[in-house]
Amino acid sequence: MTKQPRLWAGLALPGSVWLIALFAVPFYAVACIAFGTIDPIFRDAVPQWNPLNWNFVQAQEILQSLINGPLQGVILRTIIYVVSAMSISFLIGFPIAYFLARHAGKRKLLMLVLIIVPFWVNYLMRMLAWVNLLSPSGLFSRYMNFFGVHYNWLDGSPITVILGLVYGYVPFLILPLYATLDRLDWRLIEAARDLGASSRDAFRLVTVPLARAGLVAAGVLIALPMFGDYYTNDLLSRSPSTEMLGNQIDFFLNSSTQPQRGALLVLAMSAILVVAMSFYLRSTNKQAKQTLR
Amino acid sequence: MTALQSQKTRRKFSTLHVIIWGYIIWSLVPVIIAVAYSFNDGRSRTVWQGFSFRWWFSDPNASLWHDDSLRNTISNSLILSFSTMLIVTPLGITLAIGAQRIIGRKSKVVQSLTAAPLITPEIVVGAALLLTFTQLFTMIPLGYTAQLLGNVTFSLSSVVVIVRARLVSIGSSFEEAARDLGATRFQALRYVLMPMLWPAVMASLVVVFATVIDDFVITSFLSSGVGSETVPLRIYSSVKGGATPALNALATLLVLTSFTVLILGLFGLSFWRKRHGEPGGLRAALSDITQADA
Repeated sequence: MTKQPRLWAGLALPGSVWLIALFAVPFYAVACIAFGTIDPIFRDAVPQWNPLNWNFVQAQEILQSLINGPLQGVILRTIIYVVSAMSISFLIGFPIAYFLARHAGKRKLLMLVLIIVPFWVNYLMRMLAWVNLLSPSGLFSRYMNFFGVHYNWLDGSPITVILGLVYGYVPFLILPLYATLDRLDWRLIEAARDLGASSRDAFRLVTVPLARAGLVAAGVLIALPMFGDYYTNDLLSRSPSTEMLGNQIDFFLNSSTQPQRGALLVLAMSAILVVAMSFYLRSTNKQAKQTLR
Repeated sequence: MTALQSQKTRRKFSTLHVIIWGYIIWSLVPVIIAVAYSFNDGRSRTVWQGFSFRWWFSDPNASLWHDDSLRNTISNSLILSFSTMLIVTPLGITLAIGAQRIIGRKSKVVQSLTAAPLITPEIVVGAALLLTFTQLFTMIPLGYTAQLLGNVTFSLSSVVVIVRARLVSIGSSFEEAARDLGATRFQALRYVLMPMLWPAVMASLVVVFATVIDDFVITSFLSSGVGSETVPLRIYSSVKGGATPALNALATLLVLTSFTVLILGLFGLSFWRKRHGEPGGLRAALSDITQADA
């Protein structure tokens, strides 16, 4: 064992203890509640602090009933909404990041600042803005009425929820995309063009593979919070027909007293995300190895 | 390059131009309209009835200036953001320095501990902390204390990211020089490294303040009703009801506050850079702050 100065460990200690007590322990507590029992009289959750006595049977029953019941649709819907919102975000965000990195020219700083601005405008303020515009008497609705489109945007419309997610998260995608594209070695693309690749081929065979790790990272960066989002949905729809996984967690923990169900769903959500994350880590690792070779 | 080709590139440029300016308009105009409606003379948040400061000052009961419940959310938000900022910044700086230097198994534990909150959705942290404070650490009541602890936990990692980036760009040579000249480890840290960390400290303060004052999920999960209601919570609970344009005024004030802090931070950072002969000015200051968010 190498001798390490105590100073460094001492410096890292307070922060580490904080994260253990208020980040790691809470995860353990969630498991203890999810695999605990329910008080037969008060219907309260009774956490089981000893992992050896965890009650998986009841947890399984609850999960089964949720999955065969309404939750099945909710999980499927969550995935569909997140994937659609992600695709639209990339369709909007990629050309913008690309333009900023490559062709922005003189106005680059101004554009960059204007693109960073929504980053610093409160998320709920941005949703409030759209609720005002989309409400039946709002500017956007009146404008659409003028063109003969009569549609109640705020009454459980999946389109509104998906576009709301896009509007909410696109700024968080553009910045990391821009950072990735800005760092690319554009001489390689020029080389491909000089060797006879068409601009489309150069883009497909050189630009995209070079930027892939960054693209995936940026995608994950917005997919994770979108997956746990419930407030966008609540503000723009608040209808059971557009409910997502986050809404269920919010409901079980905040609006009703069924902490065990809430805890189980938190675990389920974490499990789904861990699978997604490990997939992402493996693909970036593979890429790192390939570039080293 | 043939004439045809140059024409083609020019056209491509202008399509991209349209996309980017279209995006900027799409992303900003709704917010600008919402700000404008805070000056509406009528009770509606959607139908314009003339300009007035009614919902900001003039209305004796329902304006932002006179409505106690609205003012209360503002002070709750400010207190929460300031106190989180003051706790999390020193905690994050020491953690970042320590984490960068310890080696071996301990280092792996610390690395994953600090990385985990960055990739955990906020709802998971909020829900886990809610269950912890109601079932395990029951001595911590929901409300301000729980919100403070939750926000510190969630923003700690972003401070570590900012400080570590700065530590990497400083390198180890300055401290080594100080050690060669006879300084102890602690002295080198205190008198050589710390002064050079200032930009990271300023960036952390700004980023933490802005994240916490805008935070909704954790603050909402850990709130205990009206007494700990912050501005974002108030916006969330009254958007759908028949709230007056005072709500727009409240949201506008929130945006103005975070922008003020951001601009102060940017100028502070570029001023520091100029005084200490580091290049970059405002542009570098901007990336000091945004890299952490990105």
